[in-house]
Amino acid sequence: MSEKKTTNVEVRLPSRMGFEKVAMSTASAVAKLMGFREDRIEDLKTAVAEACINAIEHGNRLNEKLSVGVVLSAGADSLEVKVIDDGKGMKKQPEKPDIDRKMHGQEDPRGMGMFLIQALVDEAEWVAGADGKSSYVRLVIRLDKDA
Amino acid sequence: MQSETKSRVDQLTSPAGHPVTVLRYEGDIASTSKDAVLGTYQGLPKGTVKQVLLDFTKVDYINSSGIALVIQLLMEAANAGQKVYAFGLSPHFTKVFTMVGITKYAGLFPSQTEAMAAL
Repeated sequence: MSEKKTTNVEVRLPSRMGFEKVAMSTASAVAKLMGFREDRIEDLKTAVAEACINAIEHGNRLNEKLSVGVVLSAGADSLEVKVIDDGKGMKKQPEKPDIDRKMHGQEDPRGMGMFLIQALVDEAEWVAGADGKSSYVRLVIRLDKDA
Repeated sequence: MQSETKSRVDQLTSPAGHPVTVLRYEGDIASTSKDAVLGTYQGLPKGTVKQVLLDFTKVDYINSSGIALVIQLLMEAANAGQKVYAFGLSPHFTKVFTMVGITKYAGLFPSQTEAMAAL
């Protein structure tokens, strides 16, 4: 792959659970081409999968007439992934999950997707679309971090 | 698109002589896995099962919905006075389980042999 220019790969997914694995596989293939370590590729796969699940379930509300866009931009030393849906975006960031509260029934056992995304990539931001649609999450994972 | 989750139950005895119920999973652990993950566990006799060992050796994909099912299993087991352990997670999912705090409520082991030796 080129050292300088950014190479884009785009995928469109139906808003159906399970299709996040198509985005995972694509992100994994691009990251391998860029030379990411295997453990970082696994981090990326989980982050991309969770971003797509959020887009399918919460952004597009499982409406199969809507699709989820996944745009991967491979730069010289980082991979940016945008996952775009037709939702209004996040109003606020959910709190960090608390396993003790979950175990005691004080917190929904679900709701860990955004935490995992933030924990597994180098940058994560949620951007609400200006028109109340086309919101996206932008992830960045850097090459050779801690190598 | 999500591969069906299969599960089966084995009854083993640890080297220390304790009965261990092993739940072996295969496929994806996701939102569609409720019957395989929770249903199989809920079918165990509560009165006699004291130690539950989860086998993830043949699981390739676990998402946050699947992790939530594991947490629900841990909640039910805690309420029933059972201890839960797990083995066979990849290094990545060992890291993820640790990050979300599951290791506070379920001991993780690399292999069945190491798990059984500790039980």
